[in-house]
Amino acid sequence: MLAPAEHARLTEFAKEIRKKTLYTIGNLGVGHIGGALSIAEVLALLYGKVMRIDPNNPQWEDRDFFILSKGHAGPALYATLALKGYFPLSELDTLNRGGTNLPSHCDHLRTKGIDVTTGSLGQGLSVGCGVAYSLLHDGKQQYVYVVIGDGESQEGQIWEAAMFAAHYKLRNMIVFTDYNKLQLDGKIDDVMSLGDLAEKWRSFGWDTRQVDGHDLNAIHEAVINAQNQQTRPAMIILDTIKGKGAAFCEGLESNHNMSFSMETAKQAIAELG
Amino acid sequence: MNQKEMRTVYAETLIELAHEDPRIMVLEADLMRAHGTQIFKDVFPRRTVGVGVAEANLVGVSAGLSVAGKIPFAATFATFASRRAFDQFFISANYAGLNVKLVGTDPGVSAAFNGGTHMPFEDIGLMRMIPDLVIVEPADPTSLKEIIRLCAAHQGNTYLRLHRKALPQIYQAGERFELGKGKLLHDGGDVTLVASGGLLVNEALKARELLKSRGISAAVIDMHTIKPLDEQLILEYAEKTGAIVTAENHQVAGGLGAAVSLVLSTRHPIPMEMVGIHDRFGQVGTQDWLMQHYKLTANEIVQKAFLAIERKN
Repeated sequence: MLAPAEHARLTEFAKEIRKKTLYTIGNLGVGHIGGALSIAEVLALLYGKVMRIDPNNPQWEDRDFFILSKGHAGPALYATLALKGYFPLSELDTLNRGGTNLPSHCDHLRTKGIDVTTGSLGQGLSVGCGVAYSLLHDGKQQYVYVVIGDGESQEGQIWEAAMFAAHYKLRNMIVFTDYNKLQLDGKIDDVMSLGDLAEKWRSFGWDTRQVDGHDLNAIHEAVINAQNQQTRPAMIILDTIKGKGAAFCEGLESNHNMSFSMETAKQAIAELG
Repeated sequence: MNQKEMRTVYAETLIELAHEDPRIMVLEADLMRAHGTQIFKDVFPRRTVGVGVAEANLVGVSAGLSVAGKIPFAATFATFASRRAFDQFFISANYAGLNVKLVGTDPGVSAAFNGGTHMPFEDIGLMRMIPDLVIVEPADPTSLKEIIRLCAAHQGNTYLRLHRKALPQIYQAGERFELGKGKLLHDGGDVTLVASGGLLVNEALKARELLKSRGISAAVIDMHTIKPLDEQLILEYAEKTGAIVTAENHQVAGGLGAAVSLVLSTRHPIPMEMVGIHDRFGQVGTQDWLMQHYKLTANEIVQKAFLAIERKN
C-alpha cells in the first residue's frame, strides 16, 4: 500500500497529467484523447515513484527505460514529461505544429525523455526486449517499462516479442497492457477479440497480473510483486476505461482520435477539480 | 583463383571485431547454420542472440540493442530482411536514427534451389527508399571483410547484401575501401561497365576481356556501395567514355541501374544500358542456369555495351 500522503501526491499527479493532456489536445483541436487518458495512473506511478530517472539528465546511463509502444498516446507522456521538468510546460502548446518537438507519436530524436521512437504498432515491445537483453547482458540493474495497447496486441510482432522475453528470461522487463477494451473501429470484442488475455500471457511464460488500471495502490502492488519475482518478464494487465476522467469522451467508442474544442477541454479540466 | 565462402568471411570478421569491440553482437532468425555464425556463438555465446523464425522481432530486438549502445549485426535471407521486416527496419531502426547493421543473404539468383519465394530481386530497391541508409554489396572476400569493418565503424544503419557462397578473389589482401566510393578495377576509354555484387562484377570483368578482343576498351567499376552512390566517379567516367552499362543481380528498376540512371539523366545524359532483372519474379534452378535465363552474363553485358556505344553519335 502506498502511504496516504504518497497516494494523494500520485493521485494529484495523475489528475495533472489528465488536465495537461486535455489542454494539449484541446489546444490543437484533435488527437488521440481516449488512449491517452486511460494511462494517466500508470504514468503517474512510474514517473512519480517507481522509475529511476533524472529529468535534468534524460540520457543518464543508469536510468530505467520507458517505452510507450502504443505511441499514439504520446500527448499523455508529453504532459508527464513536462510536469516532471524534462521540458517547459509551454512546449505542450506546440503539439503537432510544424517543426515541433512533440509529434503525435513518440520520437526519441525530437523529444527529451523519450527513450524509443514508436508509432508503428507492435514494434515497441521488441525494441524493449533488445534494451532489456542488453542491460541483463551487461549486468545492469535497470528496468525496462513498456506500455502496449489492447488493440496493439492484435499485432503478430507482440507475440514474437512475448516469446523472446520469456525465452531469455528478461526479468528486468515489466510490461503493461492498457486494456481499455476499445480500439479505433469499436469494441475489441467486436473487431478482433483477444480472448483470455491474461491466460495468453501466462501461457507465453510471463508472470502475469490483472488489476484495476485506475487504482494506484493496485498498480503499485503489482509492480512490486513483479519486481520481487526475479525469474521472468512481467505482464500487468490494466483494466482501464478509454477516455477516463473526461465526461465528454469517457468510454465513448469514437474517442480513439477525436476532435474537441478548447472550450470542451477547459470544461473537462474544471470538472477534474 | 583462390575462393573462400563469403559466409565464413562474415563470421570470422565479426569474431575479430567482437574481440576488439564489446558492443558487437550477432542476431539470427533460425539461419545460424546457413550463415555459418555458429563459430561466433562458440566464442561469444551471450553476444549471439537467436530470435527463432521471427524476422520482425529480429529487427526490433536489434533496434533495442542499439538503443542500449550495442552494435547489432542481424542477418536473415534478403527476402525477409527487406520485404518481411521492412517496416520494422524503416521505423524502429532508421526513422529512429539508430545503429543497426542488417544483413540480407542469398541475393538474387544465388538463392538458386530455394526458388522464387526466397529470391530477392527487389531488396535494394526497397532499401534505397530509406533516407540516409547505407547499402553495400561486396563482390569478393577481401572487400567483404573490409566493408563489414566499415559498416561497424559507421554510426548509422547499414544494409549489407551478402552472397553466402564462395566467390573469386578480386582484391589483394590489404586493399582499402571507403563507403560511398566505387572501385575502378580497370580503366578504359570506349564504355564503362558499372557492376555490383560478386556475380556481376565477375561477369563484367569477363565482358571487358571479350570487348577487348573486339577492339573495345571498357572501364570496369565495382560499385560496392549502392547508397550513397559514388556520383563523382560515375560522372567522371560518363565524361570519359560517353557510354555506361550497369550490371546487377537485382531488378534494374530500383536497383543499381535505376540509381545510376538517376545521376546520368539529371546531370550528364549519355547512352546507357542496364543488365539485370527486368520486371520478373524469381524461380528455382541452379545459379548458372538462372544467370543464363535472366541474362546476367558477360555476353549480355557485351551486347549492351555495343548498343550503348552505337548510340554515342
